[in-house]
Amino acid sequence: MVEYTFPLDTIFGSLADPTRRDILDRLQLGQLNVSEVAEPYDVSLAAISKHLKILEHAKLIMKRRQGKQQIVSLRPQTMMQASEYMKQYEQLWNERFDRLEQILREEQ
Amino acid sequence: MNMANKTKITASPGGREVIIEREFDAPIDKLWRAYTEPDLYIRWMGPYGLTGKIDAWEMKPGGKYGYTHTAPDGQSFSFVGYRHEVVPQERITETFEWLGLPGHISLNTAKLEDIGGGRTKVTALAVFQTPEDRDGMIASGMEKGVVEGQERLDELLKKL
Repeated sequence: MVEYTFPLDTIFGSLADPTRRDILDRLQLGQLNVSEVAEPYDVSLAAISKHLKILEHAKLIMKRRQGKQQIVSLRPQTMMQASEYMKQYEQLWNERFDRLEQILREEQ
Repeated sequence: MNMANKTKITASPGGREVIIEREFDAPIDKLWRAYTEPDLYIRWMGPYGLTGKIDAWEMKPGGKYGYTHTAPDGQSFSFVGYRHEVVPQERITETFEWLGLPGHISLNTAKLEDIGGGRTKVTALAVFQTPEDRDGMIASGMEKGVVEGQERLDELLKKL
């Protein structure tokens, strides 16, 4: 049976914030250290750290130490899984409605 | 097949609802029949590869409905709910619950609109109690034999 073990709500919750979405967009181009991540935004480093913590908890990014720096990089698997679910759900409804269309054509 | 009639799904991040929209080349009364007559309903609602059976069917406020989908391996999924509002040719509002996860009940509305030219727009709204329930419903769509859907569609198209 289906178990809701996949933290979709965590992922979608993380994506609900525009700054976090922007951070993810930028990370697609390559990894950044924390200062580089924070640079374009008009908020404190602490605020950015909070965003990064949320994204890390959702397994959307990972952080690792490189000498004195913290390097932030994207975990593309997680995003792909979330959008995969949406696509499959859309496909399910497309099928349903395609069948409904067929029935509508047959019924007089 | 009219590619302009594709299904549109809206589910905003962190939200509790799903909106499903589609336009059909058929008048409202036909869509109403497809939503209210059990032998028609079970033919399109079930996912591909599963057999559908109506367990209960009352189409009036307070009425109970229920159906079961059974997979070839014998696994079954039963759904149940109660109609709250039935406005003929227009709208059905009901509760919806998967018996495999009791207590996670959603409020669903199916709305039919005449969009002219003998065509109808269907808008289905499902409101869940938590974002987890909403996302769980979306994730469970994958489990129901979606992969074979394309073959089934091809089958149907050959009959046209």
